[in-house]
Amino acid sequence: MASTEEIRTDLAEIVNEVAGVPADDVQLDKSFVDDLDVDSLSMVEVVVAAEEKFDVKIPDDEVKNLKTVGDAVAFIERAQSA
Amino acid sequence: MTRTVVVTGLGATTPVGGDVDSTWQALLAGTSGVDRMTHEWAQPLTTQIAAEVTVEPGEVLERVKARRLDRSGQLALIAALEAWADSGLAHAGDGASEGASEGAGEGAGDVDPERVGVACASGIGGIQTLLANYDALVHKGPRRVSPLAIPMLMPNSAAANIGLAVGARAGVHTPVSACASGSEGIALAVDMIRLNRADVVLAGGTEACVHALPMAAFGSMMALSRRNDDPQAASRPWDVDRDGFVLGEGAGILVLEAAEHARARGARVYAEVAGAGITADSHDIAQPDPTGMGATRAMRRALEESDLEPSSVAHINAHATSTPQGDVAEALAIRAALGAAADRVVLTATKSMTGHLLGAAGAVESIAVVLALHNRLVPATINLDQQDEAVDLDIATKQRDLPAGDLAALNNSFGFGGHNVALAFRTV
Repeated sequence: MASTEEIRTDLAEIVNEVAGVPADDVQLDKSFVDDLDVDSLSMVEVVVAAEEKFDVKIPDDEVKNLKTVGDAVAFIERAQSA
Repeated sequence: MTRTVVVTGLGATTPVGGDVDSTWQALLAGTSGVDRMTHEWAQPLTTQIAAEVTVEPGEVLERVKARRLDRSGQLALIAALEAWADSGLAHAGDGASEGASEGAGEGAGDVDPERVGVACASGIGGIQTLLANYDALVHKGPRRVSPLAIPMLMPNSAAANIGLAVGARAGVHTPVSACASGSEGIALAVDMIRLNRADVVLAGGTEACVHALPMAAFGSMMALSRRNDDPQAASRPWDVDRDGFVLGEGAGILVLEAAEHARARGARVYAEVAGAGITADSHDIAQPDPTGMGATRAMRRALEESDLEPSSVAHINAHATSTPQGDVAEALAIRAALGAAADRVVLTATKSMTGHLLGAAGAVESIAVVLALHNRLVPATINLDQQDEAVDLDIATKQRDLPAGDLAALNNSFGFGGHNVALAFRTV
């Protein structure tokens, strides 16, 4: 099972690849939209890449609840342990 | 009174150079941009040669910007930003376009964004994005189709992204007429300025379809050269041994501007776009009319609209793709359009070096014509070892000087569908 920090690091790499945000800026308290400037289409790309990377399903209905990096990491942790 | 339209900026990325200057020097020197493809997918094809750009767009564009554009959009943006910077508009005044893409441009500078337009053509559009996403759909499922697929593959994507980069808020258009598209983009831009719908228009075309499917399709049409063992000699317009065109990729953008607007800001002017002639063959979907009548009418119409006599035409950059039928039909058309004046015209076929850039061809070749008039130098036509007897015209096989004085030049572009576009340019 990946640790919170491992998930954050991998997720940061994805956000960097998709949106060009420096990986170090992708911290748990950061909002995707307000802090990291990840637009809605990029968010879809991040979600699909995260599903592949972490081998989880992130339903479309759930995406709107993932406001911060921490929300996403917590969802992935829960989905992996389910 | 009709507004005069001039060229104040040039930008290109081609199989012979990553910008206008390197492209022009290569064309003068007679350098071929054709080579054997190293892609694995090319191995089963009957044609394994192509003219790919010398500078990968990923080396020029910022990574995140590049991944949001189809390759055709990447090439177009590179050419447009070069042309915009070259026009001097980029650094004048402060950016007036809050919608401009970050890092892509300074905004419309000292020109009102509502007076800036785009006419960036493409023959095929974002086909590499389309095919890559279809592969993802088939092999990985619908969820893997990119949310950016539509804005990347739509044919107007390149024009729209250029508009975003410079803050263009007049019309943003994408004419589509196969291999005549790039010239049609320039013709449309001239109309936009003459009709007072814009003062500045970024005009030209882009194409990036060196990919297995288009190459297999053109191969099935028997349209491509199969001279795989001698790539640099494969594109040989008007030569007796020509056996089809060589597919190329690239983009060319010209900044066209109302003459009084250019004068008011003290812009450098390369040449005047004097007029355009656009006709249709209504003969066949793929074959040229063997009499060349549609092409003849396009050239005559361009001269008429430009108020030019055939005797003032010093140079023609021909469409001349290196196909058996097309090259002869065009030669007959030039003879018919200009009559005895055709004897004094120096022709060139820069496709002998760049290959056929389809929707970008007319744009890159218009840049070559503009520079030919500006520098009074005609670029070479390479591989013309034995001129076809049916072609009774003077073709520059080496760089050739043009005389002093007022000169005009034509650029011809013809496309599948029977589209004919002739553009007339004049020295300033």
